[in-house]
Parts: sequence; structure tokens; C-alpha cells
Amino acid sequence: MNVEFHAGFLAFTLLILAAAAFPLARRDRGPLLVYSLAALIAGIAMLSAAVAAARGVPLEAQLPLGLPGIGMRVRLDALSATFSMIVNLAAAIASLYAAGYARHESEQARVLPFYCLFLLGMNLVLIADDAFSFLLAWEFMSLSSWALVVVHHRSEENRNAGFLYLAMAAFGTLALLFAFGVLAGGEGAYAFDAIRARELGPLAATAAMLLALIGTGSKSGLVPLHAWLPPAHSAAPSHVSALMSGVMTKVAVYGFIRVVFDLLGTPDWWWGTVVLAMGGITAVLGVLSALMQHDLKRLLAFHTVENIGIIYIGLGLALAFEHYNMNFAAALAATAAVFHVFNHCIFKSLLFFGAGAVQVATGTRDMEHLGGLIHRMPATSFAFLVGCVAISALPPLNGFVSEWLTFQAILLSPALPDWGMKLSIPAVGALLALSAALAAACFVKAFGITFLGRPRTPQAEHAVETDRHSLAAMGALAVLCLIAGIFPGVFIDVLSPAVDLMVGARMPVQSALPWLSIVPIAESRSSYNGLVLFLFIAFAAYAAVYAIHRFASNAIRRGPAWDCGYPEPSTATQYTASSFAQPIRRVYGTLVFRARDVVDMPPPGDLRAASIAVSMRDLIWEWFYAPVAVAVTRTADRLNPLQFQTIRRYLAFVFGALVTLLLVIALWP
Amino acid sequence: MALIGDLLIQGVQMFIVLALAPLLTGFVRVVKARLLRRRGPPLLQPYYDLARLLGKQVVLADNASWLFRVTPYMVFAATWVAAALVPTFAAGLMFSWSADLIAIIALIASARFFLALAGLDIGTSFGGIGSSREVMIASLAEPAMIMIVFTLALIAGSTQLSTIALIMQMPEVGLRASLALALIALVLVALAENARIPVDNPATHLELTMVHEAMVLEYSGRHLALIDLAAMLKLLLYVSLIVCIFVPWGVAVPDSGPLATLAGLALYMLKLAGGGLALALFETSIAKMRVFRVPEFLGIALMLGLLGTLLRFVSGTF
Repeated sequence: MNVEFHAGFLAFTLLILAAAAFPLARRDRGPLLVYSLAALIAGIAMLSAAVAAARGVPLEAQLPLGLPGIGMRVRLDALSATFSMIVNLAAAIASLYAAGYARHESEQARVLPFYCLFLLGMNLVLIADDAFSFLLAWEFMSLSSWALVVVHHRSEENRNAGFLYLAMAAFGTLALLFAFGVLAGGEGAYAFDAIRARELGPLAATAAMLLALIGTGSKSGLVPLHAWLPPAHSAAPSHVSALMSGVMTKVAVYGFIRVVFDLLGTPDWWWGTVVLAMGGITAVLGVLSALMQHDLKRLLAFHTVENIGIIYIGLGLALAFEHYNMNFAAALAATAAVFHVFNHCIFKSLLFFGAGAVQVATGTRDMEHLGGLIHRMPATSFAFLVGCVAISALPPLNGFVSEWLTFQAILLSPALPDWGMKLSIPAVGALLALSAALAAACFVKAFGITFLGRPRTPQAEHAVETDRHSLAAMGALAVLCLIAGIFPGVFIDVLSPAVDLMVGARMPVQSALPWLSIVPIAESRSSYNGLVLFLFIAFAAYAAVYAIHRFASNAIRRGPAWDCGYPEPSTATQYTASSFAQPIRRVYGTLVFRARDVVDMPPPGDLRAASIAVSMRDLIWEWFYAPVAVAVTRTADRLNPLQFQTIRRYLAFVFGALVTLLLVIALWP
Repeated sequence: MALIGDLLIQGVQMFIVLALAPLLTGFVRVVKARLLRRRGPPLLQPYYDLARLLGKQVVLADNASWLFRVTPYMVFAATWVAAALVPTFAAGLMFSWSADLIAIIALIASARFFLALAGLDIGTSFGGIGSSREVMIASLAEPAMIMIVFTLALIAGSTQLSTIALIMQMPEVGLRASLALALIALVLVALAENARIPVDNPATHLELTMVHEAMVLEYSGRHLALIDLAAMLKLLLYVSLIVCIFVPWGVAVPDSGPLATLAGLALYMLKLAGGGLALALFETSIAKMRVFRVPEFLGIALMLGLLGTLLRFVSGTF
């Protein structure tokens, strides 16, 4: 198989499927057919990428499309192939999930075609080999996902989410456009080969790096460019949310890696610091915001922001190590980042699927209206629990492995000779540790309030288990979480060609090590073995169960809850999502969100009801977005009179513009 | 031969931590009682309690889910494995390479994750208050712990606990500012993690300041026994951790013969007694703090850990 086949097959089949989806959307079994075919196509694309990756040499081709002179270049090298595998794996499983989930969708014709186009857009970004095709595919991906965000456009909230997403996507693409402009230079060397061959001055390289960071960061949700992400990801249908949160953000990370690691060559000394600092802040702000949410999908979307932060921390470390030629340390940091890309893709998709199943079963995604679902939806809750444990970075599942690798990379950084790094990396390490601990708190809340306790509404009380397709998809992802957690060496080996392409070195082959443990690199002198740990825990738990049931007691009596002797039948006495987060809101939120509890406690004798209200402010919005919005509105108001001029004035404007332009051209050196 | 020796040491260690954990808790209780001029319970009272609880039937709330019943075993297993991987009397543990100090902390975090979920399972307000406070405390204690690990790992050049214990025995490590900071921070974290005074009170019930006890309020019978045993194991783990890092002398190095191992065992018991004594003294001399003072308390630990790491980053001599 070659790259023409890969690109052509994807474009051809997905475009036809998108066209066929319009008539099929009205049929009863149409959506099932479309999603099954989409799963098949994604599966084939994953295999074709895997074959390309296994071959080890980059595959290139030039298609007779695109800009005159360059055409459309496509290329499958180790990096593209690795990301293609991850993206198509998640896409195949998302399509499987959608085959069941989408039965509850009322607007099939608005979802199906754009879903196919969205898959195509993401795939094309990964194989584009010139700036024009890259930007084209990038916009394709943005616009098709925008259409999916505003599927239910009658709700005001979704329309606002869509508008904000569109504005931020346009802003991001603009930054990327400038980035490629700087990279290609005056001669217009838009092909990636030509860009790689160019020697950029330090100023131009810096500008290109910063623009790429802004452009891709706005798509992946780096703070402060993340404001659009939670509303947009939670507005879309759940399988699309999973793809946007789990996969599209990773395509954006791919864009950053492609430009900064591949096209730009050797990084400057301070790039790593900038990326690290942004990653650290993103991780902590993301998880703190997630903790404050009571909408399950918004919580998950904010948590995506945190994981993107962790990925960028790994990338920042890799940049710093690469600058100082510490290639193996760079390989360790880059492996941590790419492995976390894979892991987050898996467990975030799983969690969004679970949230979708809950939404279908109960009609709400507000956690304050849920509870007790573990009894009604046992399989969904088990899969969701696996996702929660994995994303909270707890052993022996996969989330822990990539965070462990990141910590190991941080521990190698005192060898960096640069003082800015020496002072900033410990702080970033503390932020990373803080975000890991807060993530566990966040998912205790997400799982505990949604699935445990007593049902808070009749809808939650009468929920039923979700369909087989959805369960199969969630089960597959849960198994992947476990496999990637106990055999991390195999996955690290699969990812290592991509790491080699990024930083010019790779981690030692892991799968040959005894007992399948992972030993990052000789310098770190540490090892971790998920398999042994898993077996160890299983053995200890089994021993405890066996010994106690055999030699002690195994009798059980059911009775009312003890609750210190005063059980209260009302479900309103349970802890809610916001009361669960109250201690953390008080500790961190007073600073980060300016959270204030306003308590109205009537004096004795007054029969008013007591009340408590919480006020929180979104400082990122107030500092970065609100001023822009005000400025845009004000400028528009100022310019408004220009639309009511006489014909003479307009002619004068045209004349003035012409003269100015001619002057500029004449005076241009 | 070395393999069999290591396996033997690993097995013995697993049983020793399990057998000694209630003794340590009982010892701390006795010393505390004597310091308060009470007679106190017998030294072996925790064993009697556990035996009594194990034999009793479990009373489950009507709406308890499978998670509630699985959690005690998960918590116990994770804590036991974590405790089994800390070098106590000998450094040559069979499986010490399978999990480093970061993984041990994460194992304890796993146990806490499930315990906090179980607190929410029945849907009572006591469970909720315990869980939400526990995760708040953990959100500060865990990063502090990771910063301590950073400090130690940057001195020892590894996060592997057995390597750290061996390197700490070497004379060239000596007294260092970063080590002192790490020690203070680790003691603060250990107090918070084990729900000791001044963060939480292990002897209290029916008090709105309680954290750990509120979370496990609905447990009874063998489930409660496992959770209590896990808490005792965790106390033993933290004391072992502190002595293995900061008082490593006497820990038998690999291949040093059975005599050294026995000496290490005796010395370990002495160290545990010393740790228990210090804990009891500290607990009797200080008052419990309000729950929202705890973040300041743990913030100190976090800052000390960060400072220690920074010192190590800035210069190798600190």
C-alpha cells in the first residue's frame, strides 16, 4: 500500500459516504449503515497507516490538485503514520459507538454528512505535505466540526458555542497562515521539503514558532486560547464530542510537532521554557475549571484542557533537551508526550461515550440531576470507572505510565545548563503534580455524583442500560486502557519511530526487557512494571478475599443506611456536585476564580429561608476576551457611518486608497 | 541463590508489614494514653479488634453497590502492595524494581480514590463530607509528596526506593539543606495522609471535623476490618519510608547474609518504636486544627518540597 492509496481511498470513500449520507439519513437503518461503513473505512485507514509505519521509510506522492506549480503533496512518514493510527483507531471506535448512540439523534441529516467530512479533514491534515494542503485540510476539519457543534442550533447556548468556536478557529488558522508565510519566505516555498531546506534567521524562526504555538494551541485548547473548547465540545453529539476532545485536539498537537520539531529544525533555547510554562498553567487551570463544573460533558471538556497541558509540558521538555543536544532525554520527554496523546485519546473518548450513554438514558447531563446510575447502568458505569481511574493517573492503568515518564523526564532536567530552565522546571513539576492530584479529585466527583449515591430525579431512577454498540465501543476502549497500562513497553516501541523523527533519538527498545518492564533510559536509573504491579495487586486482593471468606465470615445482612443514627430519606441531603467541590473551591478558587460564598442567614425569629449563593468570575475571559469583544464592537460602531456616505465621498475614498497603494509600491525598497 | 534470597526477603517483608502494622498502631495508642496519664488499651488491642470485626457479619446499606463491597479489598490490596515495596529491614526486595517511589505514592492514591468513591456510594451526607475533604487534603499532600520525591531522586539519582536507601547510607551524602527540608515536609505529609492530629483525629467519631472516619462510617464487619488494617499499614508505610530514607543505617544490603538481615530486622523494630514514640509525643503536644487551616499546613509542606527541589536544581552541593 502506498500513500496515494491511503489519501485516495480516504478521500474517495468518505466523500461518497458523505454524499450518500443525505438520502440515507431519512432511512430507518441509514445511520447504522453510514456509521458501520465509517468504522470500516477508519479501520482500513488505520491498517494502511500501520503498514506505512512498519515499512520505516516515508512515502511521498504528488496529486494533481491544489495550487498550480506545487500541486498537492501528501506524505506518510513515521510521525504522520503514528498519528494516523491513533486518530483512525479512535475514529473507528467512535463510529461503532455512534452506530448505537445515533438512534436517539433527531437531526440525522445534519450530523451524518459532516461526520464523514470531519473524519476526512482530520486525516488529510495528517498527511498534507505542503502548507497549502495543510491549511486547506485544517479549515476543512474546523468547518465540518463547526457544523457538528451547531447541529442543535435552536438552543441559544449551542449557537453561542458555535459562534465562539468559529471565531477562534478563524483566529487560529490566521496565525497558522502567518506561520507558514514566515516559514515559506518571499520565494513562496510552500512544500514542506522546501521549508525544511530553508535556513531561517533567528527572528523569523521565533516568529514562526510563536505563531504555530498560537495557531495550534487555539485548536488544542492551550490556556488562554481555550475559552471556546468546553462549550463547543459539550454542545456537539457525544460521539463527535469524543472525536473533538480526544482526537481533534491531538491533530492540533500534531500540527505543533510538525511545524516546531520537524520543519523548524533546532529549537532556540527559550522555546522550551515558553511551551513548558504554558503547559503547566494550562494543566492546573484546566483541571481546576473542570472541578467547578456540574455539567458532565463540560467537566470532561475542561479536563481535556488539563491533558493538553500535560502533553505540552512533555513537548516543552523535549524542546529544551533538544537544544542542548541531550538527545536521549529529549526522546524520553517526547515519548511521554506522544504516549499521553495516545492515552488521552483512548480514555477521553471512553469518558465522553459514557457521558453520552448517561445523557441518552436520563435526558440530562447535569450531574445535580443524576445519581445512583451504577445500579441501573452497571456496564456503562464499570467502563466509565475504568476511564476515571486511567485519566486520574492511577496505576496500573495507562494514564499513570505517561505521567510517570513525564516525571522521569523532569528529573533529568537539572543537567540543563540554562538558569531559566533550572528555576522554571521545578515549578512546572509542582504544577504537574498538583494537576494530577486534582484530576483524581475531579473524577471522584464525576463518577461519585453521577453514578453513586441515590438517584436525585425520577429520570435517574428509571434509567436503563445503553445499547450493545455503545457498550462494545466502551468495552474496547476500557480494555485498551488496561493493555496500554500493563504492557506500556509495546506501545512505547510502536511510538518510537515518530519520536525519532521529532528529536533524532529514540528510547531503547522496551519490549525485549525481562518481565516487560519499562526502563526509560540509562541516565534515569528507574523502572516501572505495570504487569507485575497488576498481578501483585490482583494476588493481594485475591488472597484477602479468599482468606476472609474461608476463615472468617462471609455473612451479609442488608439494612437501612447507618448515617450516624439519623438516616434522612430525602435525596436532597446527599452531597451535590458543587458541595463536593466546595473545599477545593475554597482553597484554590478564591484566588483563581475569585469565588465568593454569599451566605444569607436570617437571625433567629425571622422565618425567611436561609440561602447560599456562589459567585465565580472567569478571569481569562475578563482579561483576554472581553476587551477584544469590546474593541470589536466599538470599532464597528465607529466605522458604521462609512456606510452612509454620498457617492462623491466614496469616489474620494477609492482615489485615496489607490494613491496610497501606488505610493507604497513606489517607495518600497 | 540470590534470586531465592530476594524472593524470601520479599515474602517475609510482606508478612512482617502485615503483622507489625496493628502493633505499631497499638503502641502509639498506649504511649499516647500514658502521656495523658491514662492506663490506655492493651498493646495488642488492635489485633483483638480486627479479629472481632473479621468474625462479624457485614451490615450493608440497602442501596450499597458492588463498588462499596469491592473497595475494602482494593484499598487493602493497594496499600499492602505499596507497603511491601518499601525497604524495611533489607534493601534487596524481589520486586522493588517494578515500582519506584512515584508508583508507590500513586498506589496509595489509588486506594484513596476508591475509598473516596465508597464514601459517596450510600448517599449520606457524612460520606460526602468525608470524601470531599479527603480529596481536598490529598490535592495538597500529593504534590508535596512528589516534590519530596524529586528532592530525594535528585540526590540519589533514581526514584527507585531501594537505590535511594542504599545511597543515603553512604557517607558522602552527609547533611544537606535539601534533605532537612524534605524531612520536615515528609513528616507534615505523613501526618496529613494518615489522618493524625493536627489534621484529623483518628480517635474521634460524630464530630463535624472528622475526615477519614466520616468517609468509612457506613462500613462494618470484615469490610471495616480491612479498611482499618489498610490504615494501619499506611501508618507503618510512612514510618518505614521516613526511617528508610533518613535513618537508613542497618538496612541489610543485598547479598549480606542472614545475620545482617536479622540485625536489620531488630534495628527496624527499634526504628519503628522510635517513630511511634515521636508520633505520640507530637500528637499529645498539639491541638487539632480547623479543617480550612489544613491547606496552610500542607502548603508549608509543598513549599518546603519545592524549595528542596529548587536547591537541588540550582546546585548539586545543597
